[in-house]
Amino acid sequence: MRQVLARAIGGVAIIGLIAGAAACNSDSGSDDTASGSNCGYKLAYFGALTGSAANLGVNIEQGFELAIEQYNKAKGSTCIEVAKFDSQGEASVAPGVARSLVADKKILGIVGPPFSGESEAADPIFEAAGIPTISPSATRVSLASKGWKTFHRAVANDDSQGPAAAAYIKDNMKATKVFVADDQSAYGAGLADVVKSKLGALVVASDKTEGDGKQADFSALVQKVQSSGATALFYGGYYTNAGIIRKQLSAAGWKGTLIGGDGMKDLGLSKASGVQQAVGTVVTCPCSPPEAAGGTFVNDYKAKWNVDAGTYSDVAFDAANIFLQGIDAGNNTTEKLNTYLSTVNYKGIANTYKFTETGELDPSLIKVWAFKFDSSGDAKADVEIKTS
Amino acid sequence: MDFSGLINDFGPLTVSGLAQGAIIALFALGYTLVYGVLRLINFAHSEVFLMGTYACLFVWGLFGLDQNSAAPSVGLMLLYLVIGLVGAIIASGATALAVELVAYRPLRRRNAPPLAFLITAIGASLFISELTGVLTHRNQKGVPPVIQAKPLFTIGDTTVTNLQLLIIVLALVMMFLLDRFINGSRLGRGIRAVAQNPDSAALMGVNKSRVIGLVFLLGGLMAGVAAVMYNLKIGVTRYDAGFLLGIDAFAAAVLGGIGNLRGALLGGLLLGVLQAYAAGLFGSQWLHAASFVLLVVILLFRPTGLLGESLGRARA
Amino acid sequence: MSVSEKATFRSSGGVRGWFGRQPVWVRGVVVAVALVLAFLLPYAGDIPLLGPQIVTEGIDWPSALFNMSYYVLLALGLNVVVGYAGLLDLGYVGFFAVGAYGTALLTSPDSVLYADTGWKWLMAVPVALALTMVAGLILGWPTLRLRGDYLAIVTLGFAEIIRIFATSTTTLRGDRGFASIPHPPGEWGGKPIFGVTDAVPYFWLGLVVIILVILGVRNLDRSRVGRSWLAIREDEEAAEIMGVRTIKYKLWAFAIGAFIGGLGGVLFAGEQGFINSQTFVLQFSILVLAGVVMGGSGNMAGAILGGALISYIPDRLRGISLGDTDLYEYRFALFGAVIIIIMVLRPQGLIPSRRRAMELKDREKEVAPQ
Repeated sequence: MRQVLARAIGGVAIIGLIAGAAACNSDSGSDDTASGSNCGYKLAYFGALTGSAANLGVNIEQGFELAIEQYNKAKGSTCIEVAKFDSQGEASVAPGVARSLVADKKILGIVGPPFSGESEAADPIFEAAGIPTISPSATRVSLASKGWKTFHRAVANDDSQGPAAAAYIKDNMKATKVFVADDQSAYGAGLADVVKSKLGALVVASDKTEGDGKQADFSALVQKVQSSGATALFYGGYYTNAGIIRKQLSAAGWKGTLIGGDGMKDLGLSKASGVQQAVGTVVTCPCSPPEAAGGTFVNDYKAKWNVDAGTYSDVAFDAANIFLQGIDAGNNTTEKLNTYLSTVNYKGIANTYKFTETGELDPSLIKVWAFKFDSSGDAKADVEIKTS
Repeated sequence: MDFSGLINDFGPLTVSGLAQGAIIALFALGYTLVYGVLRLINFAHSEVFLMGTYACLFVWGLFGLDQNSAAPSVGLMLLYLVIGLVGAIIASGATALAVELVAYRPLRRRNAPPLAFLITAIGASLFISELTGVLTHRNQKGVPPVIQAKPLFTIGDTTVTNLQLLIIVLALVMMFLLDRFINGSRLGRGIRAVAQNPDSAALMGVNKSRVIGLVFLLGGLMAGVAAVMYNLKIGVTRYDAGFLLGIDAFAAAVLGGIGNLRGALLGGLLLGVLQAYAAGLFGSQWLHAASFVLLVVILLFRPTGLLGESLGRARA
Repeated sequence: MSVSEKATFRSSGGVRGWFGRQPVWVRGVVVAVALVLAFLLPYAGDIPLLGPQIVTEGIDWPSALFNMSYYVLLALGLNVVVGYAGLLDLGYVGFFAVGAYGTALLTSPDSVLYADTGWKWLMAVPVALALTMVAGLILGWPTLRLRGDYLAIVTLGFAEIIRIFATSTTTLRGDRGFASIPHPPGEWGGKPIFGVTDAVPYFWLGLVVIILVILGVRNLDRSRVGRSWLAIREDEEAAEIMGVRTIKYKLWAFAIGAFIGGLGGVLFAGEQGFINSQTFVLQFSILVLAGVVMGGSGNMAGAILGGALISYIPDRLRGISLGDTDLYEYRFALFGAVIIIIMVLRPQGLIPSRRRAMELKDREKEVAPQ
């Protein structure tokens, strides 16, 4: 009898746990905030907020949310609501989350998806629903050639950054022995392949590592770099792995320079490796230096989130502002907003934005800068890279 | 395939592989101890290790050390090392006991089937690592340079650093102490008794619950030491660091013969060295694949691992 | 099932006892009603009061149901391997991957085979499934002389090798993945049934496949094969001595498990339209195993419930807050806690197989004094 009772209690407890959790659903969709014209709409962030890619996703989401908060403050009311959709950065999760996003008819525009893989899975759904997207970081070249009318990206694709990185290694660093490695992500491998082909005979050796969170011991890579005699290591990948690699290279006494793409432009790199080790590390980025663009973004971000702005935070901030400007100008349907995006010319804090027919950034506006980590632990603008 | 590269770097790869293997071996002891006594895969052991890495950083943080600190003098270095070890051991031991208490003991009371234990351990592992992930914003944490790697001596063209030597020696010492404890002390005899036949041991007056707690604690201690070594060698930790290395450690335990202490040492060192060679020969991305291929091949010829399973003495 | 066992099952209390005592037509009606209700699940949100408590937020409900359907398929497949044959498989995601990759290789324009094949989804299905069964045999053949936990680590290794292979070889495209995998065929009123914005048809397709799998596995379980599995699970040596060809039937279990896992992969690829190597991580197989055991290893109803729960609980925990804190970040941590609670309260699983439940009762009596 005792057992039956225990079982019954167990069953009730489990049901109660789920139902209880359900009972405190976060309240979504309060309709009373709409005040003034062009208000009462939502902008959505779509991307990773949990999972192993969450650090990049959170950077983007916080930049996005900051822009909307500032806009609402200026309006004096909750004019545009923030909607967050967690794809976990995974292509397998993305479609279901995307379908729930398009079911919300108040959403006019989407900042995201951050990664190319989830974009492949989710963008067809956004396209079918006609909601414009601006991705702050999906750089795979093929995304723009799928014929999606709603697709836009606020960064240059892999094809424009790779040659610039190669040019920097060749012309600015004057390196003659370069080691090229990547993390096998679509982003990292794509970048490394371009760099490798542009550098040609300067590449003395190469290697591949596993992705973020799948490898922590890089001693074999470090050993190969050391014995190759290379003075520069180009790593195609994100700052998570790059920070560990930088640290292990320094620990092994390698004196060369680590160089990488915009996925490594994050304070997280120097936080993992230590500032002294990170000093001199170069990252290329198809973006303008934030100091040049001015504004109080860096301080505002820190004040709001109590952490420093990370990779793509500024681009996401800009992307949100592009939408907000459009909505403010009366583009209050997804169709109008999408048409507006095809004509927009917006000067933001990280770049000036103008989209081509396929949703790419206008090539004439793409500037690639080199940033260098200094003793503050942050990557500061170094030089603009001339590719021709 | 890069044969010339492997031959050129053979010495350095061997040494760094041995150091990595020593960490894996210490970590693997936890799996092997629990398996030897309870015949269970303690899936949550990876999180026991994870807590050790964070506790070590926390303790160093109390002394104002962070990833940007300068390397300390030799005297301070030893002090920090000992303090870090103590912190990590306490945290790992406590985590191991907590897992035993929350996830295993209630099931043992009901004599639940072995699979149920595996699943609660998976639940505990998920809970601890994900909670750590949320609380650390899923960021990495850099380790202060408590021990700066410096070349110590050179054999041929192979340089051995002080850190590599420390890791290997410390692992061997810990192994030796554990072996002495299990095979030489009264408490160790209790462990061996329960491992051989729990019911008879209980009848002979061995407190089974206490022995099981002790086994978890010992596994935790070893994982704590491994965690400090990991911090020093890898230089960075993150909420999923335990899971990542845990797979290697589990494989090492099985490779040597799960339930066999010396097997764990052999398995760990072998796995570490092999991974280094595979990374040198095929590229770093094949490192884990190579270790699993080795594991499968060895198990095909020796189905219970290299040294066979046994804790202390052969099982009837 | 023996006569005496049937008798005890009928006379036992609870829902299942009641069900067993009913005449055939009543059972038929009950099953039919349950099926209709299952097909109506996508509209559960329309039920007043209760509906909103059930459906997920932050992820489209029909999509969540589809996700549940392939998790259920995986759980059913793994249940054959773990629950029936008693072989601990920690790398079950490998078969899921083979099914999905088989489909992608034959149909996606990104595939190296596209010029030669470029098939429709439906044509690729049988080939992909044959491929997974072969993969099951390839894994099973050398490993089946390993016992228990050794098998677990080898299967885990197998899945990791598949993942690393998919990540690191150019033919399988790694993280770049295969895009534009065609959806299942069919048109309704000039529009394709299986589009991108509505997941309901996919769920129904998944449900049909699940029902077919249930019928198939049920028949197998009641045949000579099923009895052999039982014998192997309970005592392999004794089974061997009694003339059961253990290797043969273990291979059967692996191949059938692989086949069902492959079905899940094929459906997954057809719904997603895009796959890459990041989906097939180890945590996936571990979750499915947790689902099978949580639901009740060795019992199909349990496996179905468990498989559905491991997909449903994290999805349901999206969009939930406690006070001012948004809980979705804590989703998986909470999920871990739920797993512990369920297993501690019901070590035999939520809907255990009758035999297992009786065993547990015996075992509980045997507990040595602490």
